[in-house]
Amino acid sequence: MNETAHAIPVPAEPDEDLTPEQLAAQWEAEAPPSAGPVANLAASLVATVLGITGMVLSVRLGLGTPSQPQPGLWPFIMSLVISVLGLAQLIIGRKGGEGEKFSSLSWLVLFGAGTLIGLVALMPVIGFEIPSLLLSFIWMKFLGGETWRSAVLYSVLVVAAFYGIFILGLGTTIPHLF
Amino acid sequence: MDFLQPVLDGFGVVLAPTNLLYCLLGVVIGMLIGVLPGLGPAATIAILLPLTYGIDPVTAIIMLAGIFYGAQYGGTITSVLLRLPGEASSVVTVFDGYQLAKQGKAGTALGIAAIGSFVGGTIGIIGLTFLAPIVAGFALDFGPPEYAALALLGILLVATISNGSKTKALIAAAFGLLLATVGRDVFTGAERFTFGNLDLADGIDFVPVAMGLFGLGEILYNLEERHRAAKAPAKVANVWPSRADLKQSSGAIGRGSVLGFFLGILPGGGATISSLAAYALEKKRSKNPERFGKGAVEGVAAPESANNAAATSSFIPLLTLGIPANATMALMFGALLIQGVTPGPQLVDQHPDLFWGVVNSMYIGNILLLIMSIPLVGIFVKILRVRAAILAPVTALITMLGAYTINNSMFDVVLVVAFGIIGYLMKKFGFEPGPLVLAFVLGSLLEANLRRSLLVLNGDLGGFFGRPISATLLVIFVFVAVWPMVQSLLAKRKASHAVVTPTSQKAKETV
Repeated sequence: MNETAHAIPVPAEPDEDLTPEQLAAQWEAEAPPSAGPVANLAASLVATVLGITGMVLSVRLGLGTPSQPQPGLWPFIMSLVISVLGLAQLIIGRKGGEGEKFSSLSWLVLFGAGTLIGLVALMPVIGFEIPSLLLSFIWMKFLGGETWRSAVLYSVLVVAAFYGIFILGLGTTIPHLF
Repeated sequence: MDFLQPVLDGFGVVLAPTNLLYCLLGVVIGMLIGVLPGLGPAATIAILLPLTYGIDPVTAIIMLAGIFYGAQYGGTITSVLLRLPGEASSVVTVFDGYQLAKQGKAGTALGIAAIGSFVGGTIGIIGLTFLAPIVAGFALDFGPPEYAALALLGILLVATISNGSKTKALIAAAFGLLLATVGRDVFTGAERFTFGNLDLADGIDFVPVAMGLFGLGEILYNLEERHRAAKAPAKVANVWPSRADLKQSSGAIGRGSVLGFFLGILPGGGATISSLAAYALEKKRSKNPERFGKGAVEGVAAPESANNAAATSSFIPLLTLGIPANATMALMFGALLIQGVTPGPQLVDQHPDLFWGVVNSMYIGNILLLIMSIPLVGIFVKILRVRAAILAPVTALITMLGAYTINNSMFDVVLVVAFGIIGYLMKKFGFEPGPLVLAFVLGSLLEANLRRSLLVLNGDLGGFFGRPISATLLVIFVFVAVWPMVQSLLAKRKASHAVVTPTSQKAKETV
């Protein structure tokens, strides 16, 4: 598909006159690059290891026979399938080409995941208001690029709204401080 | 006329004020998320699942269904006005829809899309009304072996027809089936894979998994998204398509609807494939195919009719056989399970109010979509101005807090975060989350049926082939599993033959 991008040069004038083929080529060019062979190797290995672990654990549960199945039989079959497919994927996908490469923006995701874990850890201790406020502020300011003022303002509004809806309105038992 | 009675009763269910309200709510939310880039209908349905705990099963499904087909239309609005497809099924609409908008005919495009969606949805519902009871009646004869074979086939179809690596999709599906075994084994009472954790003893709940994989996973992924520069949306000058436009697109609407209906029934098929196929069909049939891509009304009418018809018909396998046709239907399946309703052939008989209520709500929902489409466009476009940076933490917090309300348990929130991270990683490494959720949802039922079959057949696996229906299904299963390998082998054969072709042929090939 990349050949189309070269064969039909994108015109210099506003790109609203592109044909569907050019548009599709442009989208493909703008799409994130695909993960390489290393990613495929890693993913296949993880799958295979998980499959083998499953098989080992299932055998411990007891396999039984088709006429007298034990709890471990079905998980064993599934783990076997995963292991076999994982090994197959090692070979089939060795050129890479699926998924997406991690980019510098991926650190944002790690950071975001970290804040979520923080929320889960803090929520039972000090209620949801403060951790949510912090999370919202961090996401808006650092992950989203908002200004200090708008991040603070919107975060307070959002948490207030959630308090109103979840605690006052719906009467749920989410741990809360106030 | 007797068979129409349940249909009419169904309308009675739908027109109850609560159900009407939730239908409206679902359709509006659906349109909204269809317009907003980022969250899709699957993610939204997953995030709103906790909401369905407190309401009636009929009401819940009416709302969730409304979200689903409402989103199909919402995606069209951004396709036409901003050249940005809001949903995967609206990608094709961009080509001609935006060109029409540029020519000052945005209203024409949106109007044709609305009408096409309405007709497509209606044809889908009519087909559903007549086809579903027949299929359900046929399936009432299914025993455990038939159901097991059908579930396996459904999972395989969804995994193989998904885009991306088939092997990875199958790994995801197998993993979903494995995850479903965590907890207490129903047949023997033994604890599997719980590692002594009390919370896991009852098994992993479906809702946190869905919310994590689809909801949080999508939110995390969007943090990385490179946003295309926001363009000023094209003005909606004329309000409604002209009579000539309607006449020109009527054929496209009809063909698109029928094509979409049949493509949507197949597990793994669905709205996106239908819209692509309908567009391609119209272009091929047209006497002036060069008009496509430059503002041909058929180029908008066909895919829009197709994707709404497909969205409707994808309910058929779920409501009649209990087999979800795609990831979104798997979520509906889960939502029904939460309510204590097990989808399957007996659904039409045992819960006619649910079945006909949902089906008839689609009529109402489609009418609501049609009425609201043009007036609300301006509002939706303004909503697009809300920056993703604000929306992201809002949706993340809704997901986290909502997860807590399922069982008043922090463990569910932990699961959501865990599966959110897993969902993000799966996306990055090229694994589709859809097959995993589908397999997970079907997992315990599949295993139960398999073990029951083994009991019935006395451990004789060959017995599966002794029964006509399960034998047929298993043969199809083997065929679908093996066909891609055969195909690639044949392709490699052809390629090696082509290389051997003498060089004198090459002059002809460089056309």
